[in-house]
Parts: sequence; structure tokens; C-alpha cells
Amino acid sequence: MTGLEHAQKYWYPVAMLGELNDGQTKNTQLLGTEISVCGSNEESVTVSSAGQLLAVQCQYDHVWTTFSDDPYPLFAIPEAEEPGRRFVPCGVVRVSCSPLRAVENFLDIAHFPFVHTGVLGAEPHTEVYKYDVQIDEKHDEVFATNIRFFQPQASKSAEGSIETEYIYRVPAPMAAILYKTCPPKPEAMDVITLFVQPIDEETCDVWPWMALYDDTSTMADLIQFQQLIFVQDRSILENQLPRKLPIDPGHEIPTKADLTSIAYRRWLKKRGAYYGALEKI
Amino acid sequence: MSITLYNYVLSGNCYKVRLLANLLNIKYETVAIDFHPGKEHQSEPLLKLNPAGTLPILVANGQVFTETQAMLVWLAQQHDPSCSWWPINNANQLAAVVQWLGFSSRLSATIGELRLHSMLNNTINIDSAQHGAKICLRELESHLTEQRIIGQQWLTGDQPTIADVACFPYTALSPDAGIEHDEYPLIRGWLHALRSLDNFLTMPGIHELHELGSTIRDKT
Repeated sequence: MTGLEHAQKYWYPVAMLGELNDGQTKNTQLLGTEISVCGSNEESVTVSSAGQLLAVQCQYDHVWTTFSDDPYPLFAIPEAEEPGRRFVPCGVVRVSCSPLRAVENFLDIAHFPFVHTGVLGAEPHTEVYKYDVQIDEKHDEVFATNIRFFQPQASKSAEGSIETEYIYRVPAPMAAILYKTCPPKPEAMDVITLFVQPIDEETCDVWPWMALYDDTSTMADLIQFQQLIFVQDRSILENQLPRKLPIDPGHEIPTKADLTSIAYRRWLKKRGAYYGALEKI
Repeated sequence: MSITLYNYVLSGNCYKVRLLANLLNIKYETVAIDFHPGKEHQSEPLLKLNPAGTLPILVANGQVFTETQAMLVWLAQQHDPSCSWWPINNANQLAAVVQWLGFSSRLSATIGELRLHSMLNNTINIDSAQHGAKICLRELESHLTEQRIIGQQWLTGDQPTIADVACFPYTALSPDAGIEHDEYPLIRGWLHALRSLDNFLTMPGIHELHELGSTIRDKT
């Protein structure tokens, strides 16, 4: 199976439910193929490619599609059912980088003090403490736990700096979910996801989505907080070389802080998820 | 005195106002406007404030400004007793500043539009915007070269003015639109000089200058 054939077996976000507009067709691309999104709501939305209708489902405030007749199921986010959470689709940002690099960057904590200075990190608090990564065999996901990091402003709802706890899930090659300390509700965790629509191997549209406990911030505040952080990453991502993500060990020398990234690359390689990846130099 | 900025964090024009306010130590409030994906700047309440449907909007002591250049003039005139950022005592320089304020609109119309296209996928005429962006950057590079020859680091003299603030964001953000700075060494130097100013403020895509070790940090 080629990298493309493997990638075609997954579901991808191609529009936000809230942006659907009757009579307006949205033309976009998925895995190098032109597609069109039509319809005005969850019931009427269709996605087609070269005149053929594709499978559609609406989940997590987005429209998802796949090229496969027998796709892997769309991953579950149980928190999306929890009453009291606010669901925040943050729109789309296009990035000229491999979709896999967008996911890998989302999993990295070591860059926080340098790229998200004063928000998700600050010097001299640059140490990444020891954390654990495993493959969740039951769901076949990368799972990183026990991550703690000093953050000046962990979220819109945080008042002052806190030590934040993180958990990461990678449920599909082009999606990542993080759980982090929820300042106004310590017994729960906020959920922030990165849904990636691969335009081609070196371009992607990124749809951040959040499920938060925060009753005070305005929607615009919440969205801009997330966009600020993501666009701080954008210029870094567009300058990463090689353009495709190297997933063969030996291409790069990782450090201990890169544990999640190493597990992610191995997991991609094992399942043949080569779309957007550099197999050999 | 109350100053409220209706703000979008990714907008280069909103950033001009935040940057100057920071440089001049001016306190202000912000109201986040959901420009993307919500298109809130086109909503009824915002159109009432600004019929043009653009951002930023600045409300200062009840007076509403909707043109970025007017905001820069007002902030500088109100808060810079040295009259260096808005040099009202020097007719030649003042006219040059206004000239470059006009030029900054061309940067917004070319690089700014290209950036929205490459980031948020807005529909534009790419070829004409790219062509216009190159002409702007060459003009800026050539002007900065002439300034360098007569020993001046900034657009209109030996001190930065609101002209530098107005032209800085979209020039600095051009890599977001796929236009790198490699061909423009004088522009790179000028961007560096602006980023070195006390009370400089970053935005996504415009990073802080890296400190070269503890000696520099101790001095500041």
C-alpha cells in the first residue's frame, strides 16, 4: 500500500459546520484531489470529488469526509459529550508544511518558552521534566502522560503562572488531542485538538478545536488565544527542513524531551503512514 | 483617559496601533473581535461603529477612529512630548512621514492581502498582489539604501517615527505571504533596528530578537 492509499483510509475535516452556507460551494483539496463541499447544515451537507459523492459525517463542529468505502472509524473524543463544556471551533489556518509536521509540532513542549514566550512558557523555566509515552494498544494511539510544564498564561482562564499538566493523544496520523489543566475547574481537564486537513504532502489546512470549561471569556477571546498560539508556530513550521517529516531513525538525533515525537514517528512508520513523510534521504 | 482598541491578534493593522502604544508606554484596553472565522467585523454592531467594516477601530475619550494612520497620529501627538514620532516642527520631515503613511497602505493592499490569502485562503488576484508587493519592497529597499548613504537609519531621519511603525508590520510579515527577505539586506537591517527598540512588542510571525547570552540580558 502506498502512503497515499494508506492516508485515504482516514476521515478528514474539510469545513466547519458553522461556515456552511446554502447555495455556496466550498472548493478545497484533500490529499492532492479537488473536492467540493455543498449544503447548509448537518443534514444537507455533501462532499464530492470529480462528480462522485464521498462519505460524510459531522462531528466536533466540523464536516468530515473520506475517500474510502471502508475507512478506519473516526476517533472518539468522549469529552465532546460532556455537559458544561464550551465547544470552540477556531476556524482554519493554512500552513505550507507537511501535515505530519503540524501534528508533531503540536506534540512538542520544549519549544514553548522560545516560541510562545510569556504565554505557554518563559525562560529560565525551560526544562522538560521526565514524562511517559506509550502506545495504547486497545485504541492503537500514541499516548503521552505525566507531562508538567511551567506556564505564565496557560489558557485564557488562567490567572497568573501555573504548573500545567498535559496528556497527549494521537488517535490518527493527522490529528492530535491534548488535555491540560483547567484553571477554573481543577478536577477536570481542558481539551484542545488539532484536526489537520492534508491539502497535499507539503501543505495543510489546520482546524483547531477546543472543549473547555470557561464561563467568563468571550468566544472571540477564546478563539484569538488559540489563533495567537497557532500562528506563532506557523512561521517556524514553514521553515522546517526537510519539508517532509523524516520518520526513519537515523535522520535526526532526538533528545529525551522528544519522546512523544519519537513514538509518533515510529507509530507512523509501523502503520505505513508515509503521506507527508520522508522515507529515505 | 480611556482608550479602547477593537482588536484582532493576527491583523497587521491592529498590530501597528498596539506596537506604537507599547513603544510610547500608553495604557489601553482591547476588545477581541472574531475576524476569523466569525467575520464579526462585518456584524451589525461593528458596522455601526465603523461602516467600512474594517479593523482596527480605536475609541479614545469617546472619539471613534477607523483609519489606522489617524490612530497613529493621535497616539503620537497626545503622548510624545518630544515630538519625534510625529515631527510637527519640521515641515519637510512631517510631509515625508505622511508620504510613508500613504506607502504603508500599499503594503497592506499587496503583502497584507497576500498574507490573508496564504493563511486564511481569502480569494485575491495573486499575480497582481505579488507584483505590487515586489515593487513596494524594492522601493523601500532603495529608499533605505539612500538613507544609509546619508547616515540615517530610519525612513525619514535619525529617529523612528510613526512612518516606521506603519511600514514595519507588513514588511516584517512578508514571509507569511511567501516573500522572503533575502533579497533586501537594508530592509533586514531596518526591521532589526525596529525590533531592538525599548518596549518593542511581538506578534505571531514577528519574533523577539534573540538575546546573545546573559551579558546582554544583564545590561537591559
